[in-house]
Amino acid sequence: MNIPSLNLGRRLVIGVPFIWLALFFLLPFAMVLKISFSSAEVAIPPYTELVRYVDQQLQVLVNFGNYLLLAEDGLYWSAYLGSLKIASISTLVCLLIGYPMAYAISKARKDLQTVLLLLIMMPTWTAILIRVYAWMGILSNNGLINNLLMGLGFISEPLQILNSDTAVYIGVVYAYLPFMVLPLYANLVKHDPTLLEAAADLGARPIESFWKITVPLSKGGIIAGCMLVFIPVVGEFVIPELLGGPETLMIGKVLWQEFFNNRDWPVAAALAVLMLLILIVPILLFNRNQAKELEGRL
Amino acid sequence: MKRLSFSTLMLWGGLAFIYLPMLILVIYSFNASKLVTVWGGWSLEWYAGLFDNSQLMAAVGRSLQVAFFTALAAVTLGTLAAFVLTRLPRFRGRTLFGGLVTAPLVMPEVITGLSLLLLFVAMSQLIGWPERGLTTIWIAHTTFCSSYVAIVVSARLRELDLSIEEAAMDLGARPWKVFILITIPMIAPSLVAGGMMSFALSLDDLVLASFVSGPGSTTLPMEIFSAVRLGVKPEINAVASLILLAVSLVTFLIWYLSRRAEENRIQALRQAQEA
Repeated sequence: MNIPSLNLGRRLVIGVPFIWLALFFLLPFAMVLKISFSSAEVAIPPYTELVRYVDQQLQVLVNFGNYLLLAEDGLYWSAYLGSLKIASISTLVCLLIGYPMAYAISKARKDLQTVLLLLIMMPTWTAILIRVYAWMGILSNNGLINNLLMGLGFISEPLQILNSDTAVYIGVVYAYLPFMVLPLYANLVKHDPTLLEAAADLGARPIESFWKITVPLSKGGIIAGCMLVFIPVVGEFVIPELLGGPETLMIGKVLWQEFFNNRDWPVAAALAVLMLLILIVPILLFNRNQAKELEGRL
Repeated sequence: MKRLSFSTLMLWGGLAFIYLPMLILVIYSFNASKLVTVWGGWSLEWYAGLFDNSQLMAAVGRSLQVAFFTALAAVTLGTLAAFVLTRLPRFRGRTLFGGLVTAPLVMPEVITGLSLLLLFVAMSQLIGWPERGLTTIWIAHTTFCSSYVAIVVSARLRELDLSIEEAAMDLGARPWKVFILITIPMIAPSLVAGGMMSFALSLDDLVLASFVSGPGSTTLPMEIFSAVRLGVKPEINAVASLILLAVSLVTFLIWYLSRRAEENRIQALRQAQEA
């Protein structure tokens, strides 16, 4: 008597979030794939249908032109490479700054840990737009840094920092640093201190046990942190748009321009498909790592 | 000992790096001068001007509305997803389900935004729904916020003592009753945290909203973005400072609530031991 209702409940509990995510997260990728094979058209919506029924004939029109365009035009290549370069270097810098920070928090007093953690988390709840905007005022030609340097007599002419790749690096590291610190902390705080004590008893110096015990044990946290930074930064739009200059080529910005400025939805879709192909390995890595952490295996 | 002090130094340096730019932004929002980089004395005129800006105020209203309904829906969906991930170890498609829950956390927003828009366009051609506007922004926000809620809530669900739920079931309570009367109250703090997080994430989002919004559904970040593109402006400094203030207040509230909950728990433990 209880069994059918239990099954129905179980199906509902699984089904509702499953269907929502399948409908609004998985299915849209199929749409992107489909549109990437259509041609742009001046119409609403601005693309041609792949399958048409004209004169008693079923026509299937698959257009590979968008992908050919991406392959032939050097601009898109440079944009993909630019995104990958900026994302890799920023991820590394975030790791180098974020690891010591997370380590210090995990070693702090318990009540202080909560406060420090909130201080790290607070920026992630603030719009990236606003935090990037704050840097626009600081880096601009007559901004704080240039005024300070000129006032101190280090430079006679303002440095062009805003609208350059340097500004993009500063903005990306600034915006994504918390996403590196949080998973690293979550991992480091779970470590068993007796391991380090045992190592010390056996004569290991602190620096030795740090590299041989702490770092290998925090592998899960390092992977999670790096993926949380790297993957979204590859597609980042706001930071290169506001802080970058004309020479800053990133794929998120190019996709945005194709979609909003050129109204070329099929090319934008093809760009998205290629970006997904590049990111599929990191995303799978992240998902597997998350699944492990979710199940509590470390 | 030496390494410890190095990491502490990095921590304070990192926190300064995170907070100094925001502090500077807030200070400059009180700048009387119209030239953003020249200090002209303290003034509140940019704040006063905000409330006369009806376009901006309308955008604030729309953003708050979307954020509220996003928080409600994301907490519901995210909690269900967290329950499935932590309590139902085996069913067909579980790996896919886990992937669908965690992938939105890292998926670049331009991809999610574009793909959702294409879906909405195809759907409205097929079945005439949804029309692009606040509803579509709400769907987009709910989808990625429920992933965040699922992560927060499942962390809490895993810590829970399963024996309490099992005891209630042994005493004859139906699963849904156990869930509502026992599980939900125990995970309530993480539900609140997840809800606040979704509210904030929805309020902040620019990219998804830009893709899926329709005419007349400009949200606050979209308004700010179109102004910011043209350079730094004193009014924007004021709006940004107000948002920073709101976020810090919420953060403080979360810290205060969690500290009180912790104190109550310790006190209850002490009383239980003394009794």
